[in-house]
Amino acid sequence: MMVPAPLLAIDGLSARLRAPPHRPLLRSVCLDVREGEVHGLVGESGAGKSTIGKAVLGILPRAIEPCGGTIRLSGTDLLGLSPARLDAVLGTEIALIPQDPMTALNPSRRIFDQLTDGLRLKRRLRGQALRDKAVALLQDVQIPDPEAVLRRYPHEISGGMRQRILIAAAFSLDPKLIIADEPTTALDVTVQKEVLRLIRKMQRSHGTGVVFVTHDLGVVAQVCDRLTVLYGGMVVEQGETAAILAAPSHPYTRALLDATPRHDRTGSGMRPIPPQVAAALQAELARYGMGPGAHV
Amino acid sequence: MNARKSFGSRPRARILHPVSLTVRRGEILGIVGESGSGKSSLGRALLRLHEPTGGRLSFDGIDITHSGEAALRPFRRRMQMIFQDPQSSLNPRHRIRTILGSGLDLAPQTPGESRSEALARTLAAVGLDSALADRFPHELSGGQRQRVGIARAIATRPEFVLADEIVSGLDVSTQAQVLALLKQLARELSLSLAFISHDLSVIRTLCDRVVVMRAGRIVEARPVADLFDAPRTAYTRQLLDAIPSPVPDPGWLERGPIDRDLAATPAG
Amino acid sequence: MVERALPEAAVMATPLAEPAIARRRFAGLLAVFREPRVVFAGGFLLVLLLAAIFAPLVAPHDPLEQDLMLNTLPPAWSADAEPGYVLGTDSLGRDVLSRLIYGTRVAFTVAIVAALAAGLIGTLLGLLSGYFGGWVDAVVSRLIDIWMAFPPVLLSILLVAVIGTGVTSVILAIVVIDWTRFCRVVRSETLQQAKMEYVDAAVTLGTGRGKILLKEVLPNVLPVVVVLLSLEMGIAVIVEAVLSFVGLSVSSDTPTWGGMIAEGRQIIYQAWWVLVFPLVLLTATVLAFNQLGDGVRRLTDPVLRR
Repeated sequence: MMVPAPLLAIDGLSARLRAPPHRPLLRSVCLDVREGEVHGLVGESGAGKSTIGKAVLGILPRAIEPCGGTIRLSGTDLLGLSPARLDAVLGTEIALIPQDPMTALNPSRRIFDQLTDGLRLKRRLRGQALRDKAVALLQDVQIPDPEAVLRRYPHEISGGMRQRILIAAAFSLDPKLIIADEPTTALDVTVQKEVLRLIRKMQRSHGTGVVFVTHDLGVVAQVCDRLTVLYGGMVVEQGETAAILAAPSHPYTRALLDATPRHDRTGSGMRPIPPQVAAALQAELARYGMGPGAHV
Repeated sequence: MNARKSFGSRPRARILHPVSLTVRRGEILGIVGESGSGKSSLGRALLRLHEPTGGRLSFDGIDITHSGEAALRPFRRRMQMIFQDPQSSLNPRHRIRTILGSGLDLAPQTPGESRSEALARTLAAVGLDSALADRFPHELSGGQRQRVGIARAIATRPEFVLADEIVSGLDVSTQAQVLALLKQLARELSLSLAFISHDLSVIRTLCDRVVVMRAGRIVEARPVADLFDAPRTAYTRQLLDAIPSPVPDPGWLERGPIDRDLAATPAG
Repeated sequence: MVERALPEAAVMATPLAEPAIARRRFAGLLAVFREPRVVFAGGFLLVLLLAAIFAPLVAPHDPLEQDLMLNTLPPAWSADAEPGYVLGTDSLGRDVLSRLIYGTRVAFTVAIVAALAAGLIGTLLGLLSGYFGGWVDAVVSRLIDIWMAFPPVLLSILLVAVIGTGVTSVILAIVVIDWTRFCRVVRSETLQQAKMEYVDAAVTLGTGRGKILLKEVLPNVLPVVVVLLSLEMGIAVIVEAVLSFVGLSVSSDTPTWGGMIAEGRQIIYQAWWVLVFPLVLLTATVLAFNQLGDGVRRLTDPVLRR
């Protein structure tokens, strides 16, 4: 039985700070995303989940340099591409749903202009065809009265609607893979559910693979098919969401679950990571050559 | 038995409609709401940071609604606040000892204890080493700064503490530490705590009673177990239903009403 | 009851979270040396300041001494130079170098006094109007609006023409106009600071408003004021030069850079050095003040940008 090649295959990806003493940010990360799969990247702050997303998109800040491994999208190593070839890939093959709808949209440009940037650049749509497509995109993300919204400026619409527009923009060029970088963190919980529902719907209808970066185990449980747990730039646990959350094999995952407060029962939310788990993690990090002590 | 009642309203900006609530002595009260619900404004009204435009605010039976700063001074020590953002709540140009010092000045003196001993004791109570006293806020990590914020609030030995979204930006493990610390301190120091949050799960973990706010009004006020097991209003049910639980539930995503946020209204 | 500290391992449960930042080298006053702008610009200005203070000891000749036999001598490295006149002489035989050194006195006196005075007034009014708002703010803001409607250089010329010449008039003219620069910036900084939660925290401790202004707000506004002060010194030097160029500064005996430029302009083809040296020194000084201000800003900003 042939297992189809994954859409995104990250193999041994390492990254570190460019300036000495070269603190490592990613330690030989391996993960793959299948076509049409929503893959969760879970971790606390500093775990490297955003860094992986940025590495895939080629938008790592100058202060960070990749120092090993490959990122293969349908077989092509993104790390080896020239900037020109990478530009061709961005938007059409990979797109981003950013975290903060407030700052991701330019306050001085109308919605229509920002939404259609990609379409104008990559598909060279103009005039009526462009307008029709823009309206269709907004209808896809269930925004009522699309013509009116297109004429507006970002500050004239609500946060939830802004995020929907960003989602529409990400899907506008029909990419094969989408990086969703904590897309619901800044939203109220009721709006979050709507946005998650929307992402799932769009993802299913377009057949897009999604790398879903989040710190929220609840979101991962309800939206992601498989997940990767990260700590200190290192993969801690990986596999089917339901299996891992029901019976985590790594103590860190277990500790994260215990520390997550629940609304449907008492007994969690006040238990920090136990010292022996922290110590075990330190030992694992040290095996990669540079423990956290090295960066002070 | 009770510590304070409050009624407040601000018709000019419609931030808070007339609201009544009581914080009892020794209880941990949760105030929960989405953005724009008025929970922060309510919190600040409870602390008399602004003068309410209507209603009555009393602390320990004494009416302080319209008291001037001088009259309020003896009450300031007894009611304190922990802020959400340690970045903007700790003066970047003051050392930790200065920040805590103003609070310690107000606290009743423990006979025989010097200032530096009081400082060390307060830092130890929140799990910080006394060596940090000479540092500036930017030399501490985010979690440490938040602890300093808590230390500042308890330095005056208050009876009532307001915590305004203090765990919102924190990692889940740091959040767990802070919540555990808060519960422990509330018990040790016999504090009445008003805990503002948008996160119902956190409220369930920490609080005894909870007040749900929406658009400047109180929608429901119940003991925690009652609210979560049997919510009385549709709004509360909607809020609870929207929370994703770490246990996969295949039907969860599709369940529930359409978000009214779709109306093209300006951001709150 | 005291030993309730949480175990260290639990406190540092996510060790890759931002660690406490190690103490930097060159902390405190010595931090000044980290910034090259401050070192070079500051050093240059310090040299000038010392030259101004010790002018009688440093200047090779009496700046007022005329010797028509030795007029328009070229600088020392030229063919027909006379020994002892390093930068040459002007049309009245006065030594250019000595006049430059004495001119530094006027320039620095004006720069320091005018900048400090304008800074003091502007900062005070800015703090009060930014923090207390209400009618204080309304009055001060209207004042600034009206004031800034006047063309500054014209106003200073008018002032001096009315009051009369002299160092005091020049300083007054600068202060009267430039306090608004400080006031506007300080007011806006104060408005921002007033919104900070540590101000709220001070209120919850029952701290009086005046004390909050002094202890919480002022320390955070000061860095901006310091930068403005150094910029203002550069501006004051230029204004003084402009005024002395048109003869409205100190009495014509006292050498000033602007005065030298005015004289040098007349004989630029015969004796270019009389114009060029004061011009170069003026430019270098203003540049130094600006760089100093920039360097000071860079030193103080990192404290906030953590």
